[in-house]
Formats: sequence, structure tokens, C-alpha cells
Amino acid sequence: MSARDAILGRMRRQLGGAATDGERRAAVKQRLSKHPMGIIPGRAQIGHAKQVKMFIERAESVQATVKRVASPDDVPKAVSAYLRARNLPASVRMGSDPLLKAMPWAAAKSLEVKAGPSDGNDLAGVSHAYAGIAETGTLVLTSGPANPTTINLLPDHHFVVIDAADITGDLEAVMAKLRKTSRKGPLPRTVNLVSGPSRSADIEQTLILGAHGPRALHIIVVGNSK
Amino acid sequence: MAVEITSPQFKQNTRDALKDAPLQRALGKVREGFIHKRQVAIDALPEFDALRDSARDIKNHTLAHLDLYLEAYEEKVTEAGGHVHWAETAADARGIILDICRRVDARTVTKGKSMITEEIGLNDFLEQCGVTPVETDLGEYIIQLRGEHPSHIIAPAIHVNKDQVESDFRRVHDHLPANRDLSEPETLLDEARRVLRSKYFEADVGITGANFLVAETGTSIIVTNEGNGDLTQTLPRIHIVVASLEKIVPTLDDVSQILRVLARSATGQEMSVYTTLSTGPRRDKDPDGPDEYHVVLLDNGRSAMLGTQFQDMLRCIRCGACMNHCPVYHTVGGHAYGWVYPGPMGAVLTPSLIGIDKAGHLPNASTFCGRCEEVCPMRIPLPKMMRHWREREFERGINPATQRVGLGLWAFLARRPALYAFAMSIAIPALSLFGGAKRRYRYLPLAGGWTRYRDLPAPESRTFMQQWKQREALKQEARP
Ligand code: SF4
Repeated sequence: MSARDAILGRMRRQLGGAATDGERRAAVKQRLSKHPMGIIPGRAQIGHAKQVKMFIERAESVQATVKRVASPDDVPKAVSAYLRARNLPASVRMGSDPLLKAMPWAAAKSLEVKAGPSDGNDLAGVSHAYAGIAETGTLVLTSGPANPTTINLLPDHHFVVIDAADITGDLEAVMAKLRKTSRKGPLPRTVNLVSGPSRSADIEQTLILGAHGPRALHIIVVGNSK
Repeated sequence: MAVEITSPQFKQNTRDALKDAPLQRALGKVREGFIHKRQVAIDALPEFDALRDSARDIKNHTLAHLDLYLEAYEEKVTEAGGHVHWAETAADARGIILDICRRVDARTVTKGKSMITEEIGLNDFLEQCGVTPVETDLGEYIIQLRGEHPSHIIAPAIHVNKDQVESDFRRVHDHLPANRDLSEPETLLDEARRVLRSKYFEADVGITGANFLVAETGTSIIVTNEGNGDLTQTLPRIHIVVASLEKIVPTLDDVSQILRVLARSATGQEMSVYTTLSTGPRRDKDPDGPDEYHVVLLDNGRSAMLGTQFQDMLRCIRCGACMNHCPVYHTVGGHAYGWVYPGPMGAVLTPSLIGIDKAGHLPNASTFCGRCEEVCPMRIPLPKMMRHWREREFERGINPATQRVGLGLWAFLARRPALYAFAMSIAIPALSLFGGAKRRYRYLPLAGGWTRYRDLPAPESRTFMQQWKQREALKQEARP
């Protein structure tokens, strides 16, 4: 007998499941297809403008920095200003995301834009978020050629551009969106829910930013609420 | 091969721990840090208790249908291009992982934090087979350098002080200048970051655990703060997830509920920095991510817990709150428990996984103060289950003879009230009489386990029942 059959068989014996199998199967099928919603915290069940505000506050409370700009055209300027203010090289890594590519990068003079995934030698990377979650100030990033996962992890400084309209109240709203986007197939290989820059408290419980992932997370919120 | 078990020597372990000054200093920080942060986070979420109920109900439903959810999960992993491997025992799981490593001629393997790989003793095994495992979580990395095991399930190096880390780094990173400054936690972290960066790129295989497996989508989820788990599962060619089979949750909505109580209970964060969902290997056009995605599902005694009085333990999400609030853990630390899982959750789970004959002391390592159950986000009745183990231990006659005879004698008397009252009316005044001016016993025959560390207060000169009767009589008299 295979390990699989042995394990599943033992479970059924322990649970006394065989006799009521039909009922049990129906319960499982029902939950998987209906995915009933649980308790949604009241804090983010507010108007969209307030959700955007909450998203920003919560992101800042976990040590992200946030900049609001009016239009996508303002993003390259915001990126170069940030780099200049910190004396960092004027160079960023970026995927093939259409929204990012349409921005006037050439206008931000002397800013070099490198395309493709990060090989670990980039000091700064730019990604476009799939969504944001107001209740916890969390960014949602999905893998693919548009926004390679390595850009989320390897550069010291991670810029994330998010359209204000993509900020939702709660985690479940993002799960519903993911389900909708990938209805016919599996989820993207990687979905990163990111709340602040990387950190560790493993040495004497002292919290230090910049463990293995980015040392700094800079969020650029584009546009106004819906 | 697996982690050496010292649970049978629990009593000696605790004695050693009490004498270990650096350990005692480190444990002071557990008390200060975790408890306060958790409370602040919970106070900020009015729905916290309702979410705990929701999380408990989700897991109860899942466990009652675990076989079916596992089948559904497997189907989805396969659909996404991944592979599921079933392992009955620790040895089976090690074998499966080694086969994958051998097939691709892996020389080094990076690892995200995983208690399951501790449970199966993976590191020692891989090393013996010529594959070098590199722990990448800072805490895990530190204890790997020290040749130790985690003493806490979410803060593995909590027993280690900063100076000890410094000397370990100087010893192992001997290619770096000897006069470098490593006096601050920041400089230590920075050095680990630099040393480990290259390891992610060199590794052929990345191994992570999983906090959750989602049946709806065939997704594994890891929750971390450092980002090391993400690098581990993104850069090497092969990603292996090692997870015990109770990590299943039905849907993305269900996992959202449990995520809300996990980070808050563990570290007092609203969300950990990285909560990452992985589904299958990289897709055709993806510029990064692993070519292969494997999930090793480990049973190792868990399926046999279903349908028993220990089933509730399978709801555990390894947040560590129970040990953070445990007075026994605060006093002796994690290593004293003698195996992978310390604290209250270990006291219940370890006997199930390695046997009550080896872990019999652990369910006794409790003051039954009940804090663990109060804080457990999954509402696991830990003290009740420790009592179940004590009962079993007694039934099977594993306790020492003095204890058995003593309890037997007490039970004999307790069932005969007149005789009990008579015996006590002699014993209590006698103890009271000989208690001396300080009214304490420094030593009492048969109570050495108590009097070795503290005095036994001498009782009042009358028994409880005698005093009670007198009180009641006085009350009667006082009535008009
Ligand atoms: S038993 Fe409860 S409190 Fe302890 S680790 Fe598990 S879930 Fe957390």
C-alpha cells in the first residue's frame, strides 16, 4: 500500500468517516466552492477615501515611507528625488509592467532604468502593486514578467507604486480579487503580502530593519480615491 | 538521526537550566517582550475573540474532513504543476527530500525556518549524505553555528545573548577582518545578511516549511519577517515545502481569518512583514522562481491523533503564545523540554509524537495556571490535555512507586470520610506542632521534591473540615 493510501485510510478509520462519506464529501465540496466569508474587522469598513488614508497610516506605522502623487507621470520624479535625497545611485531595476513602462522615465534626467529580474546587484527596484490592504497597511504583489518577485526581495530600497483605486479595506477583498483574476487557472506562482521593510528581532529581541529583504520600503500612491 | 531526545531527563534538564545564568538573563526578555506586544495588538482589534472562535471552528471543520481536504489540495497542487509526496514517518520524509536533492546533484540547500525539518532531524541527515544545509533565518543560522537546536518555536535563538553571537560569528566568519566592530545587534545582522546573500544564489534547492496549505488553490503559505524564506523559495532551481498534514485550511477566506490571529498572538504584529502564497513552479513567461515545486506531507503520528482526545492539538498554528505566557517556560527555557516542541504545546504534542514513555515528565511541567489556554488563539484546551496525559500515565503505571502508593492511600482515605477526618485530626495538629517557631518545614520525608527548593508551610493546628464546621456553627449562632 502506498504511504498516501495508508495515511488517508488511517484518517478515515480514526474519524469514522467511511459510513457517512457522501455527506462529508458534500460538505467539503460546498465549502471549497462557496468559500464562506468569516468575520471582517469593522475598522476598514469605511469609505474609500478613508481606506486610502488608513492604508497610508498603517503602512507608516510598520516603518514604510509613503508619498502621494497626482498622476502616474509624477512617479519617475518622485523616485529620483528619493534617491537623490539619500545619496543613492540614480539607477532602478524594473519588470515589464505596462503601467510602469508608460511613465516618463526618460524625463527624470540621468535616472537609469534596468529591465528584468534582479540579480542581487541592484540597490533599488520598482514594482507595481496588485492591491493594497487598508486594515494592516499591506501591499499585495504578484509574480510574473511584469513584476518579477526578485525585485521585491533583493534591492536595498524597494519602491512600490500603487494606484489608489486598488486599495481595498480587508484581506478577504484581495482574496476575492485573486480568485477572480485567475478563475481559469492557478494563482500566480508567488503572491507577496508585504507589510513594511524586512526586519529581525532574533538577537536579544532588538528589532532591526533590513534583515534579508529590503532595508527600506517606499510606497508611492498614485491618484485619489475612487 | 533525528533530534536527540532528552525529555526523559526533564528533571535534570530543569536543574541545569536554573543554574544557567546567561539563559536566565535571556528568559527575562521573553517575559518583558512578547506579552506586552501581544496585549497591545489585541486591544486594538475588538473582533479578536470572535476571530479566535472563527479560527477554531474552521480548524475543527477541517480536521473532521482532513482526508478529503488533503485529496482536494493534492489535486490543485498537481494542476498547478507541482508534486505532492506523502511521508508516513520522519525517515520517509528525509528519504524523499534526499532523493530530490540527489537527482539534481545538489551540493548546498538553503532553508527557511521550519519546525518540521527540526522534527525530522533533516540537517544532520543531509550533512551525513554529503548535502550542506544552510539555515537562513537569523535565529536558526545562529543556532546552526552553535550546533544547537531551537529553544522557542518562533524565536529559535532566544536563549542566546549578543556576546555569544559575536564570538560565534568571529569563529565561523574567519575570512573577515578580525578587528571589525561587532558590538551591536545591527552590525551582527548586517554581517549575517552579507554572508547569507551569496548562499541563496549558490543553493540548488531551497527548503521551506509552511504555515498553511490551502486546499482551494493548492497553495502553501509562509509567514516571516526577515524575507529569508522568500529568497529561499525564489532563487534556487527547486523549492521543497515540508509540512505536516494538519496545516491544511479549506479556502483563502479561511486562511484570512486565521492570519488575523497568528501574527498578533506571536509577535504582536498586525501582519508579519511577509506573508507569501506559493502555487506551483514558475510559469512559462516568469523571469524568476523555481523550476520545480515539491510538497512533502508528513504524518509522523498525527493521523492517529484524529478522533482521540488529543485531536484539538492539531489546531495549533505554532504561534508560541502559550510558551510566552508560561511560568514554567519562563523558568527553564525551551531546551529543558528535551525535544523539538517546548512549552505547553510541546507538553501536549511531544508525548503524542515520541511516546508518553519518553515524554511523561512534560505534561507534569505545569502549574495549571491556565494562562496558555487563555492566550491560545486556537482555543486549544492545553491544561485539560495535559491532565489527559497524566491520567494515561497513571493508568499505565509509569509514575514512580512513592507517588502511586501516596495517591492510592489518599484515594483510600478520601472515599471513607469518617476515616479521613480521623486521620487528618491526628496528622494536622502533629504537623502543626512540629513546624517550629518559623512554622515551616525545611525537610519532610517523602516530600523532598518540594522541600529541596522551598520550605513547606506548616498547617494550621486544625483541619479544614474542623475549621469549616466551626465557622458554620458561628454563623448559625449569629443569626437572629
Ligand atoms: S498551542 Fe495555541 S498558543 Fe500554543 S503555539 Fe499552538 S496555537 Fe499558539
